[in-house]
Amino acid sequence: MSALQELSGLRREPDRGRRGRQARHGRQSRSAAQKGDNRAAAFFLAPWFIGLFVITAGPLVASLYLSFTDYNLLQDPNWTGWENYARMLTDERLLNSLGVTFSYVLISVPLQLAAALLLAIVLDRGLRALAIYRSVFYLPSLLGGSVAIAILWRQVFGTNGLVNAFLGIFGVEGQGWVSHPDYALGTLMVLNVWTFGAPMVIFLAGLRQIPETYYEAAAIDGASRARRFRSITLPLLTPIIFFNLVLQLIGAFQSFTQAFVVSGGTGGPADSTMFYTLYLYQRGFGAFDMGYASAMAWLLLVIIAGMTAVNFLASKYWVFYGD
Amino acid sequence: MRSVVRHLLLIAFGLVMLYPLLWMVSSSLKPNDLIFRDPSLLPAAWDLTNYTIGWNALAHPFTHYLANSAVVVAGAVLGNLVSCSMAAYAFARLNFTGRRLWFAIMLMSIMLPIHVVIVPQYVLFSELDWINTFLPLIVPKFLATDAFFIFLMVQFFRGIPKELDEAARLDGCGHIRIYARIMMPLSLPALATTAIFTFIWTWNDFFGQLIFLTSPDMYTVPVALRTFVDSTGSSNWGALFAMSIVSLIPVFVVFLFGQKYLVKGIATTGIK
Repeated sequence: MSALQELSGLRREPDRGRRGRQARHGRQSRSAAQKGDNRAAAFFLAPWFIGLFVITAGPLVASLYLSFTDYNLLQDPNWTGWENYARMLTDERLLNSLGVTFSYVLISVPLQLAAALLLAIVLDRGLRALAIYRSVFYLPSLLGGSVAIAILWRQVFGTNGLVNAFLGIFGVEGQGWVSHPDYALGTLMVLNVWTFGAPMVIFLAGLRQIPETYYEAAAIDGASRARRFRSITLPLLTPIIFFNLVLQLIGAFQSFTQAFVVSGGTGGPADSTMFYTLYLYQRGFGAFDMGYASAMAWLLLVIIAGMTAVNFLASKYWVFYGD
Repeated sequence: MRSVVRHLLLIAFGLVMLYPLLWMVSSSLKPNDLIFRDPSLLPAAWDLTNYTIGWNALAHPFTHYLANSAVVVAGAVLGNLVSCSMAAYAFARLNFTGRRLWFAIMLMSIMLPIHVVIVPQYVLFSELDWINTFLPLIVPKFLATDAFFIFLMVQFFRGIPKELDEAARLDGCGHIRIYARIMMPLSLPALATTAIFTFIWTWNDFFGQLIFLTSPDMYTVPVALRTFVDSTGSSNWGALFAMSIVSLIPVFVVFLFGQKYLVKGIATTGIK
């Protein structure tokens, strides 16, 4: 079960545990047992509680406060109200970085998931050497976020790179893809699609959950392969597609390393690879404009939460949860 | 016949996928002036010069950065194993007040972008004088901030029959002993998955290490590689490739030996 299913099923699951406990111990001993459990939980959760308040929730609140100040790390923060947020509205580079990030996310994530789904279907059911193919396709998603792969990408799509060497064979004159403002972002999209292995493995696990008997029954009724895919595989897979979509959108929106390394930290050429997080980093840790960076971080949080909420709302219309 | 075609297509596609990686390996073995003139995979002669040049191209020999990365990774792995399994035990086995609410908070914290807490974290760690040490990268792991692994282990613990710990309780075992003597030994697969993912993510992590490590003494492999790009520009691709490959080898080895756990881990929880 995934974290998302868990969240939506939150209300049902723990009840079962409680009922079971009640049946065994009866009402009185339950409260005694709960007291003991509370003490034990305080011990087992102590590290997590400290982390939650000091490393996560505290800083979350603090960054909301800082987003309304002119904090720059050296001087005490001064309250400036909505100024940072107002500045964002007129900050051309910020608006550009939003555009760059949205086009990166909205183009590369669907392509990545389509590749993952396609390969999962090809690999499904009784194909020999499945494990080897799965490993080969999965490997790039483990490496894809590293600096080393970003370096490789910079060179594969460079002026003298691998891609142009191949184009040269066919007599096509290539160009420096990473140094051209029209194409640099595209090379990063390709990199994201290249890491389709992780969602593919999730799709494979999902495909295996579909009972073979459904297909047998449909085959007896004379359903064609295409029909079986459309009427059995696809609907039963929609929860997994949804799950992958939510996760990959959230992840892609926070991409940083690839753009940073490929552009040498600038987001160039001409801000064409200026991911939102990269601009945030430049403002916060390059210019130490930390109040502004905090405001940007909160906008990022709102965007990601909003995107996820829209996803959940839209899922009512296309995700099929069976019965 | 049909399956032969399918295999051929898959093999061709797999080669295209892996070609850039193979090209990087072969380029690292070629002299610089040949890398871009010769796209073929087999180098004319095996030449390790790039590796010796790259190893000594930065302020410290590359061993230094590998050792730094190893320290950070070891701390992170140990921290996640201990703290996340403890929290998971509470969520999976203890019926404490407000469990549902805390569990929901834990799940939501998985989705929280690091960027929204990084500035105050930076301020906090600089107040503590922890900037340019490994502490900001290790201590949070001992505080279960990678809540994702709590979730992974809760899922696993739920699959362990409750009768086992109930029997132990009847024999007078406390929670700490049940956790240490029953749950931990039975959860080796989940612990292995946690260790492997923590290893790979921490080894590859760039954002945190870029922010918290500021001097070459403390640089880890990703940050060192990045300064390598800046310092050599495009002049010495062979050496840069060589060190990039060195940086990928640990991940590759973990991948080879830990595949089973990786695949199971993403299949049950859905992550990279």
